[in-house]
Amino acid sequence: MKKATTTEAKTKEIVKKHGRDKSGLIAILQDIQEEYNYLPKEALSVVGEQLEVPISRIYEVATFYNTFSLNPRGRYLVEVCAGTACHVQGAFNLKDRLQRDLEIECGQTTKDNMFTLEEVRCLGCCSLAPVVRIGGNIHPYLTQNEIPGILRNYRKQG
Amino acid sequence: MVNFIIDGKKISAAKGTMVLEAARANGIDIPTLCAHEAVSRSGACRLCVVEAKKGKRAKIVTSCLYPVEEGIIIETKNERVLNVRRLVLQLLLARCPESDVIRDLAAQLGVAPQPRFAADKDKSKCILCRSCVRVCEEIVGVSAIGFSCRGADKAVSTPFNEDSAVCIGCGACAFICPTGHIEMETTEETRKIWGRTFKMKACDVCGRYFAPEDQLKYISKKTGVPLKELAVCTNCR
Repeated sequence: MKKATTTEAKTKEIVKKHGRDKSGLIAILQDIQEEYNYLPKEALSVVGEQLEVPISRIYEVATFYNTFSLNPRGRYLVEVCAGTACHVQGAFNLKDRLQRDLEIECGQTTKDNMFTLEEVRCLGCCSLAPVVRIGGNIHPYLTQNEIPGILRNYRKQG
Repeated sequence: MVNFIIDGKKISAAKGTMVLEAARANGIDIPTLCAHEAVSRSGACRLCVVEAKKGKRAKIVTSCLYPVEEGIIIETKNERVLNVRRLVLQLLLARCPESDVIRDLAAQLGVAPQPRFAADKDKSKCILCRSCVRVCEEIVGVSAIGFSCRGADKAVSTPFNEDSAVCIGCGACAFICPTGHIEMETTEETRKIWGRTFKMKACDVCGRYFAPEDQLKYISKKTGVPLKELAVCTNCR
């Protein structure tokens, strides 16, 4: 119960920061996601109450944008680029390798809550293809052999 | 007043009237699915397409959202319009092959399922016109349902696909749905909609079950009419 009240307080604080204006809904959701790595259901209902927007409208926005996740994500988000340039350079092999090494499918989170694997369309750095972004860091010209070392480093950082 | 022509007929209507309303008022039939009088227009089903000719230019527009203009010439049944309408129906038919309403409309226009549009199996009868969402927001005022996801996964649902806390079980969404996608089961004492079961209220006078208790509570709260007065069905009032 204690945790519940803190989620509520934190969400209220975020909503207040954006002036309790419903036009700032996406910015509010982004801040909540920044805080928790995903959108907790409880936070969404607090946002609804605070902005006087029906929860069904907030759910529409939260499910529409790919950047929002309604399921808990790991500490590091692993994004495999599947854009044209990366695809041609064999990004699908990197995806296979990551799935094997992390022992999860795309869209899932590892048991230790360290990594969430996702496939994205284009990260906007096609000249570095194939790329994988882990926790916001771009790993350029990535090869399969580098993957175990990189994952180990992130695990070490905790 | 604005003067214009629909299918060769001279018509005048107030400024701001939509072509669809002007046509209907003059006995010209334009097929639609989503243009329900109770809710705002959205142009979602795209069946109401007509050709609007202004000077030398003729364009295809959705008549439910196209306001009348001085001197425009509207064609609702020429070959160009019918071709577009047939294509729309082919797509609707591929999305909702089980819908009787869409099948009937298709049959009327001589549209058969097209092999090039693979039929969807997971969309049931929903054409995503959003009428249910709009009636819940605009008329009922509770906003219990909405769309979720986007693209191929887009569907109408309650938030998190769970029982909605704000739904009053009024069934307006099921009533307005043009294709009968929303399922509502009403037995004597209960009504089941969106996965939630509502208890029905029996009329204090005749004993007939007539409305969900939650709906009466909501109406009482919204209008200030005491719940006791609402506990009598419309026939006994």
